[in-house]
Amino acid sequence: MATHVLGDSAVMLGRSIKHVSRSLDTIITVTIMPIAFLLLFRYVFGGAIQTGSSNYTNYLMPGVLLIAIASGISYTGFRLFNDMRSGIFERFHSMPIARSSVLWGHVLTSMVANAISVVVILLAGLGIGFRTSAGVLAWLAVAGVLAVFTLALTWLAIVAGLSASTPDGASAFSYPLIFLPFISSAFVPTETMPGPVRAFAENQPVTAIVNSIRALFDQQPVGNDIWTALAWCAGILIIAYAVAMAAYRRKIA
Amino acid sequence: MPTTSPAIRVSGLRKSYQQLAVLKGVDFEVARGSIFALLGSNGAGKTTVVRILSTLLKPDGGTASVHGFDVGSEPLRVRESISLTGQFAAVDEILTGRENLVMVGRLRRVGNARDVADELLARFGLADAGGRRVGTYSGGMRRRLDIAMSLIGDPPVIFLDEPTTGLDPEGRIEVWNEIQKLAGGGTTVLLTTQHLEEAEKLADRIAILHEGAIIVSGTLTDLRKLLPPAKVEYVERLPTLEEVFLSVIGKRA
Ligand SMILES: Nc1ncnc2c1ncn2[C@@H]1O[C@H](COP(=O)(O)OP(=O)(O)O)[C@@H](O)[C@H]1O
Ligand SMILES: [Mg+2]
Repeated sequence: MATHVLGDSAVMLGRSIKHVSRSLDTIITVTIMPIAFLLLFRYVFGGAIQTGSSNYTNYLMPGVLLIAIASGISYTGFRLFNDMRSGIFERFHSMPIARSSVLWGHVLTSMVANAISVVVILLAGLGIGFRTSAGVLAWLAVAGVLAVFTLALTWLAIVAGLSASTPDGASAFSYPLIFLPFISSAFVPTETMPGPVRAFAENQPVTAIVNSIRALFDQQPVGNDIWTALAWCAGILIIAYAVAMAAYRRKIA
Repeated sequence: MPTTSPAIRVSGLRKSYQQLAVLKGVDFEVARGSIFALLGSNGAGKTTVVRILSTLLKPDGGTASVHGFDVGSEPLRVRESISLTGQFAAVDEILTGRENLVMVGRLRRVGNARDVADELLARFGLADAGGRRVGTYSGGMRRRLDIAMSLIGDPPVIFLDEPTTGLDPEGRIEVWNEIQKLAGGGTTVLLTTQHLEEAEKLADRIAILHEGAIIVSGTLTDLRKLLPPAKVEYVERLPTLEEVFLSVIGKRA
């Protein structure tokens, strides 16, 4: 059966990618909203924000990418929830397939869909002044950090999709995640924030992730930020995966 | 395994949801190549039996085997031997009818999934609708697609949970014809129904599930014998299954 996992997951991926490409509102929300943030901060708020860097578009790019991913994964929870409600989840589970492919199909779809929206947003950013001197290794590192972040949040979305009782519940869990970059170093330096807020901002995962991606784009040393970022992502991933598996076993037992 | 062994064997099956005891010791056997109707009113536990037989739910006690395989210890072999058409059509609404069939064909590893899909679309009167999204289908079309998806890979045992519920009389007759064709081709069919006339019309053997157990089972002729012989008045009329049903339930109550 292990040999079937790849083939079956590929079929599930193909199916779920069709769901993404055929729902226009998904595509719009996950790319247009972050691009709107990009424009808003670049042309409206940006002039008033002192970051100490000369290119504010460069400064805000990492945070906007994280917002895009956080909103992208909410649709993963929603799609999984719909599968469970429609009975197709049970149909798959009564078939001689690798059962794990049912969840992995959604996970892979999330990875692919988020990768596409990240690329679209980066291209939009180039249009309004985003510039990077990053080489191949730095780009690979950025891709790696974003991929681990997406994977971790995707498994959170799987937990939500498996345990929610309403479609709104299956996606609402992502709202705080979308909000998290605003209380981080994503748009303004944390030094400007009052004590408790600053303490929160500096010790939540988004700040470490944003700082390391920003440093990689600018060819600066990433220091410890990248390890803090990866540790957060790995921790969230491991816990979310364990909780998702427990929720999954409850559902199918 | 000898061909005379039953296709489905259920013995002492028990299942409760929290304090609600739904199955309290269900026993029945289904002969290979026959149509077996599990008859019961709404909430009798028909779906629960079907879910246990299709490895979606674990029983609290008793044993069940399908095609010679125990549902508890060899669930994968059971899944290779069955197909489930659940109570609510389990189709992918965003895919087209053809895409749904091709997807199942790939998962069941039939070599020529596209040809199989086209053949089934034609057979179920969906050839013209095959390229349309299932979201646009009527209830009857969805049900036909659902059953068509269950036939892919020619599983020897098919479960149909209330296959005609919600269909108009015309749709019901079409589904009846398909079920009869299946059994004619050697497939074992277990169907559940609340409609006495459906069981009467299709099934070789009928079992009535009531208050957690099979209270009677046999051929239509056997069941009719449970009533006193028809009295000769002006017209002789055999008791309908409905009368048998009500009489048996009345006796127990
Ligand atoms: N997951 C569940 N949790 C709690 N009760 C359930 C669950 N599934 C079914 N039931 C209850 O068990 C009984 C039998 O349900 P079911 O097997 O669906 O009956 P039928 O298919 O004959 O209508 C019903 O009273 C139903 O409400
Ligand atoms: Mg039912």
